[in-house]
Amino acid sequence: MNGVEISLTGVRLKALGSGALWWPEEQLLCVSDLHLGKSERQARRGGPALPPYETRDTLNRLSDVLDQTQARTVVCLGDSFDDIEAARALSEEDHLWITRLQAGRRWVWIEGNHDPGPVGLGGSHLCELYVGPLVFRHVAQPVASGEISGHYHPKARLRSASRPAFLADPDRIILPAFGTYTGGLRSSDTPLATLMGPQAMAVLTGSNPIVIPMPR
Amino acid sequence: MTALPSSISDWFTAKGWSIHPHQHDMLARANDPSTLLIAPTGGGKTMAGFLPTLAELADGTHEGLHTLYVSPLKALAADIKRNLRTPVEEIGLPIRIDDRTGDTPSSRKKRQRADPPHILLTTPESLALLISYEDAARTFKGLKRIVVDEIHALADSKRGDQLMLALTRLQTLCPDLRRVGLSATVEDPTAIARFLARHPDPCQIVLADPGPAPDISMLSTDEAPPWAGGGAAHAIPAVMEQIRRHNTTLIFHNTRAQAEIFFHNLWLANDDALPIGIHHGSLDRVQRERVEAAMVRGDLRAVVCTGSLDLGIDWGDVDLVIQIGAPKNVKRLVQRIGRANHRYNAPSKAMLVPANRFEVVECQAALEAVLAADLDGEPRGPGPLDVLCQHILIAACSGPFMADDLFSEVLQSGAYAALDRQTFDQCLDFCATGGYALKAYDQWNRLLQRPDGQWQLRDPRAAGRIRMNIGTIQDTDTLKVRLKHSRGGKPLGEVEEAFAATLTPGDTFLIGGRIVRYEGLREMTVEVTRRANKKPKIAVFSGTKFATSTQLSNRILDLLEQDSWPNLPLHTSDWLKLQRQVSTLPRRGELLIESFPHKSREHACIYGFAGRNAQQTLGLLLTKRMEELGLHPMGFVATDYATLIWGLDPLTDPAPLFNLTALRDGLEGWLAGNAVMKRTFRSCATIAGLIERNQVGQRKSGRQATFSSDILYDTLHKYDPDHLMLQITRIEALRGLVDFGRIETMMTQVGQNIQLRRLDRITPLAAPLLLEVGKVPVKGAAEEKLMAEEAAELMKQSGLAQL
Repeated sequence: MNGVEISLTGVRLKALGSGALWWPEEQLLCVSDLHLGKSERQARRGGPALPPYETRDTLNRLSDVLDQTQARTVVCLGDSFDDIEAARALSEEDHLWITRLQAGRRWVWIEGNHDPGPVGLGGSHLCELYVGPLVFRHVAQPVASGEISGHYHPKARLRSASRPAFLADPDRIILPAFGTYTGGLRSSDTPLATLMGPQAMAVLTGSNPIVIPMPR
Repeated sequence: MTALPSSISDWFTAKGWSIHPHQHDMLARANDPSTLLIAPTGGGKTMAGFLPTLAELADGTHEGLHTLYVSPLKALAADIKRNLRTPVEEIGLPIRIDDRTGDTPSSRKKRQRADPPHILLTTPESLALLISYEDAARTFKGLKRIVVDEIHALADSKRGDQLMLALTRLQTLCPDLRRVGLSATVEDPTAIARFLARHPDPCQIVLADPGPAPDISMLSTDEAPPWAGGGAAHAIPAVMEQIRRHNTTLIFHNTRAQAEIFFHNLWLANDDALPIGIHHGSLDRVQRERVEAAMVRGDLRAVVCTGSLDLGIDWGDVDLVIQIGAPKNVKRLVQRIGRANHRYNAPSKAMLVPANRFEVVECQAALEAVLAADLDGEPRGPGPLDVLCQHILIAACSGPFMADDLFSEVLQSGAYAALDRQTFDQCLDFCATGGYALKAYDQWNRLLQRPDGQWQLRDPRAAGRIRMNIGTIQDTDTLKVRLKHSRGGKPLGEVEEAFAATLTPGDTFLIGGRIVRYEGLREMTVEVTRRANKKPKIAVFSGTKFATSTQLSNRILDLLEQDSWPNLPLHTSDWLKLQRQVSTLPRRGELLIESFPHKSREHACIYGFAGRNAQQTLGLLLTKRMEELGLHPMGFVATDYATLIWGLDPLTDPAPLFNLTALRDGLEGWLAGNAVMKRTFRSCATIAGLIERNQVGQRKSGRQATFSSDILYDTLHKYDPDHLMLQITRIEALRGLVDFGRIETMMTQVGQNIQLRRLDRITPLAAPLLLEVGKVPVKGAAEEKLMAEEAAELMKQSGLAQL
């Protein structure tokens, strides 16, 4: 399990190459922006029919990282579903799959801008989650400490490769999107460049995660 | 036969003009279902196409649209409108003429649909949009003729396929519709005729007098051309001298980047400050129009340009065409040459300027081909399916349809005449449901079948989205370039997003002939200043990189086989002689491979003469095979005639590498993950309507809302490898950027005849390849290592590593 150690307000965390964040002490795994059901939502709105395999692919990758970590707690940082309808339209099979993944562990759905309110799945639904000195929420707040969030789908460039990336400074970590059908916002673009402090680093995801000073 | 009304013939007489024989022929065949006219530039082609229309409309009794004129360029439609209005007004004909392109204001477009002019001038995309409206039948009521201008240019592209599918619709709406195609000189007129006519109607071909042979030569320069590169800086003084000696010179380049550099260098040498302009597709429209206007007024002594000036707009008194760099394709060269001396029956004057030593050979071969009127062209395969998918969606926008009717209509287009029903149904299924192996959500289909069997859009609002994405032209992602603090002032032009991403503030590059300094990126605009004191980086434009045609490559090989080369300059013939002494020259029907050590690396040079794209693909496939065989390849570079690979171990046995089946497996397997395949997929998927280029309210939700088409490609490849879009991508890969088709042809012609020459040092013919730009490192473990090293260095420098 390749990862990069990040320390946030004294808590030791590991940014995994898959895009998930691992807190070994709490046996807690955090993923953000799964956007399950994106192709369904797009088709429903009269758009092109995208390959309907992204939910399967995202769950495959989530299963893998759960197998590797054997996490006791899972926190999904919001925008887990592309919208509430997409959560309802989930196939029977995918529904069962998620239930299997949830078995034997605590599961927290944080609300996102795409999926506010409870969905018909197990687990608890929260606006924010506090664990020790850390707070988990969907969108980063301008002033925060020990904050872990998602929402922006950050990505960063090194040489000719642009990859989804964790952004981390002494106050916060912003997670890359874990979902298969998700784009990215460059770390140098306005909201990210202003949110992140001068000492910010970026961890590029991939089979060998790479740390660099955050490109601005 | 349509008789010419006396008002028109009197006008000709009054002007002191006589009607050309081919213009008479076109009148005589005015009632044929289809006619193709082949005439050189300046042969009164457009008038020949319109004479029957003017004659039929002269009595003022026709109501509604009579003739539709389609050209590949918006500018051409506007130009023809001007040129046609003059005789119509002077003769006093009761004819209304209007144009309709992407630039036409929407108020005028609406009026045109309700009350069409007699003659409507348009482009394939605007026509496709017109037939997508529910009221298309009313708009086109009474339509008698369609004139397709520059059909040779359209016949080579998906734009032409889309146009011909649109014509099948029009033909159903207007069964009496007669078709006329106007073409420049081409190698295979019958192929164009088949493309134009309603299948299986016959199509007569009218050949105009081709005019006198061109006056074409190679420009001799004091300095010998360099061994590699495409800048042709050595030729600047000689070109400057030719500009001085002629009234107006067109200087053609193969790429926009080369045109920019050449223009820059030309101005540095322009001691007399002669008015010289630049024109290419990445420049802002306002800038281009200014150059065009200056050209028409005769204010410019020279224009440095690219293919954007290839098509038939009348630019006034051009008396010399200069082609910088090898022309790659004889047919295009002939058409470019035709731009000089735009008068009937006057020889065109043209000069070729080879940009490097090998291009001297290529230019000589091209020059001989022009004089022998031996044109080239790759036959195109059957009509592409991504265009068909878009056509089905367009049909659905215009109203419900029966699958049987649409299928038999499509078969009337020459390119799709052999389409089988199963494939058509696959395309229809793709448009309706996405065509996935996993039937995930039938209730969200894009098209649905009504109880009466007709297909229609499930959500009528989808029509708007589909219309916004009509067309087959693929724009690369470009960013506008503006002067900083210019407050929304006009942009200087565009650069590719990928190029912009490589810039850091302070970097300089060329655009519109100026060096500018990169200041920053602001809301999708590249901001620059003119404070430039550094050597420019070069703007990389994707502008098509042409591959040397098969026919021209064969002529080059024939030339190399000569005993001596009295027609070539001494510096080049001596070079070839030396190659023959130390090694051998490549020959037709044989694959020459040279293997030699150089600078502590082993090299293998493969002279496939398959064109740049295929040689590039060959490099990718061979290095992969070599890695598997433990030969440790480290990189390669490809040109139109050879691929040079370097690595740690010598190549001693080529046979296992050049196994066609193994190469094809490589294409299916490893190359499937290659960026070129992904780019091919992106273009097909966009045309077929899987990816929307333009979205409603696109920028509102921010960039994280859109994701790359690469993800779609990877997902399909993983979960649905036989999906229609991947089938289409593989078919496209045989030509175009991957061009595997030419590797297959080359391998078949060579057979077992592979000649490996082991040498103790680099050869004269291989040496220039080492100087080529565009070296491709073999990625994999090595690249990951480089990234890790660079990351560590950045962390150290920034001081973050100590925190």
